[in-house]
Amino acid sequence: MYSVILKTATKYLTPLMLLFAFFLLLRGHNEPGGGFVGGLVAAAAYALMVISYGVKTARKELKYAPLSFIILGLSIALISGIPALLVSETYFTGLWTEMKFPVIGKLGTPLIFDIGVFFLVIGITTKIIFTLAEEDQE
Amino acid sequence: MIIMLAILVGVLYAAGIYMLLRRSIVKILLGLLFLGHAANLLIFTVGKLTKGKPAFVPEGGELVEPFADPLPQALILTAIVIGFGVQAFAIVLFKRAYQTVNSDDIDKLNSTDSLERG
Amino acid sequence: MDLLLLLPVLLPFAGGIVLLILKNHQKSQLYGNAVVSLFSLIVAVGLFSAIYDKGIYSVQLGGWEAPFGITFVADLLGSVMVLITAIIGFTTSIYSLASVDDERVKYGYYPLIQFLLMGINGAFLTGDIFNLYVWFEVMLISSFVLLSLGGTREQLEGAIKYVTLNLLSSAFFLAAIGIIYGLAGTLNMADLAVKFSAIENEGMVTVVAMLLFIAFGIKSAVFPLFFWLPASYHTPPAAVSAIFAGLLTKVGVYALFRVFTLLFTSNTEYTHTILLFVAGFTMLSGVLGAAAQNDFRRILSFHIISQIGYMIMGLALYSPLAIAGGIFYIIHHIIVKTNLFFISGYVNKIKGSYELKKVGGLYKVYPWLGFLFLIPAMSLAGIPPLSGFWAKFTVAKAGLELESFMIVGVSLLVGLLTLFSMTKIWNEAFWTDSPKDAPEDVKPGVFTKISMLTPVIILVVITITIGLYAEPFFNFSVRAADQLLNSGEYINTVLGGGS
Repeated sequence: MYSVILKTATKYLTPLMLLFAFFLLLRGHNEPGGGFVGGLVAAAAYALMVISYGVKTARKELKYAPLSFIILGLSIALISGIPALLVSETYFTGLWTEMKFPVIGKLGTPLIFDIGVFFLVIGITTKIIFTLAEEDQE
Repeated sequence: MIIMLAILVGVLYAAGIYMLLRRSIVKILLGLLFLGHAANLLIFTVGKLTKGKPAFVPEGGELVEPFADPLPQALILTAIVIGFGVQAFAIVLFKRAYQTVNSDDIDKLNSTDSLERG
Repeated sequence: MDLLLLLPVLLPFAGGIVLLILKNHQKSQLYGNAVVSLFSLIVAVGLFSAIYDKGIYSVQLGGWEAPFGITFVADLLGSVMVLITAIIGFTTSIYSLASVDDERVKYGYYPLIQFLLMGINGAFLTGDIFNLYVWFEVMLISSFVLLSLGGTREQLEGAIKYVTLNLLSSAFFLAAIGIIYGLAGTLNMADLAVKFSAIENEGMVTVVAMLLFIAFGIKSAVFPLFFWLPASYHTPPAAVSAIFAGLLTKVGVYALFRVFTLLFTSNTEYTHTILLFVAGFTMLSGVLGAAAQNDFRRILSFHIISQIGYMIMGLALYSPLAIAGGIFYIIHHIIVKTNLFFISGYVNKIKGSYELKKVGGLYKVYPWLGFLFLIPAMSLAGIPPLSGFWAKFTVAKAGLELESFMIVGVSLLVGLLTLFSMTKIWNEAFWTDSPKDAPEDVKPGVFTKISMLTPVIILVVITITIGLYAEPFFNFSVRAADQLLNSGEYINTVLGGGS
């Protein structure tokens, strides 16, 4: 399928979507949003790229293999529980900074966990989309 | 509203079970999707519907009765995420099976159940 | 101690991630998996001995007090299940060294095994029913992929049946959780046990009980919900079907034991009678199904079903001795069944087939293999003094004490028929001559021999030990059953702050 409109639109939409995904991720621990939604929006940007430019381009734009994102996400999620152990709390206890930041509010270990989820969702979703799209093109 | 949702859940269950009993693997897949949605909506409904009430109370704010229960929504979100992963896998699996067996008729998928195997 | 309770879950998780990173280094994956499994085993032993000495222990994950947060709790049953899971995980990792092909390793066989073990351990240790659902799904999705890795026609067909019925069971489970939350307003199992006894709408509680029974029944393959099992368990490689056969259905059985001793105890007249009937039919249909089969692993698959019947029978009779028998049976069964699947894989390695008609004359060439097979096979059939005898004996004795002669009769008959099936395998595979058109035997190399037979020998030794020194194991089962039936300690530990 070749569509000039879609291709042009994708060019402008992709960065916007990625930015929005990042925004969702950062506000997730205080307001509606979060790693999962953010990850899905980011993956949707690549899905759009698959539709308009094909899998090869999308893979190139993603830079690293989806599996690397999965590994990164899982490791970050696993590590996010460790700070709590260092102050001898139960694993996964949320630790928060006292200071408030503009827009995103307090920072804490749940945000780290959310970042892990974010990458994991990007990895898994793009993996599924790429696999399905590649099979279709064969 | 609750009655509407209850009926919807019932219809989804009925449709899901009906689809599961079909012979085409695509319909079975749809049946599984329906059942998943039905279960999610069921949790949503039994968690008591509250309209326009906050689930979170802002700092220093007062608790207003009735407030929305955030837990069913959290449960559904988890269930949706899990369902998403499992169903995506099921779609790929069913597609592979279709390519290998070259038929979407579940009655043709009986080689693992027959006594004599090739 | 807090960390010790979480490690059976965290360790396989971390191990799985590391193995994913090592994706392109096959050799390091092989041994990495064995090392992770060994650590898991050490942790499981530590956890078990701690729980054995000090009683039930619970952790509130993330510091949220029960019943609001997610609780992890280990009692005797949970910790012994974790221990056996670790033993099976370790033996499977040795067995996989030589028996799993490179293609599967390339597609992530080892990380998947670790994620599977994580899901299983999570299910054994969680104290929250929604969390149980999540662990079930973790376990299921890993098993889906493990089952279909390889993508032969047989595997895909088996996987479709397995996936469809297990997703159906998940939908039931989820619906039951929804209704439970609507009824009691909590999902923490200890809290539920307290709240359920105060609920007036008893009919609804029974509905939930039956919904959960169907959900767990599909997963533990009871009559009439077992059809996915014999259709799928013989399709993947021996290592995979061994770990499935040993552990997956038993997670369902464990869940049944948990909910039907902790939550649904008010109307046992009704619920446990249904369980008893189901137990009887499960035993019979499983063993009769096995009698018709001619494939090594399909016979064993059907026997899983009939053995599940004994465990459910222990639960259904619902006396301290019966529950103890059920627990003893689970312990014995996991060890023996995994072992038989290991042996079937080794036979396949030599003869190139699982079909009994194409296999023969093994005893003449490999008498020691015959011996290794005979021990778990006779134990499965319940020949004294092996572990299966004590398990069957305890359950049957409990049945006699309660004067449920019918079910005891069925269980004894099924034991006899089990013996028939085992002698069939013995005759066809070991005793009779090899068929004339059979291909030449493959002589396994030294490495293959060590890798595939060490686990078998370990498990045979455990079987003999349980058989000859049954008393400590039996006393342990009685203690675990006592803990299940008097749920006060469990509830107090979870709700009383725990840590």
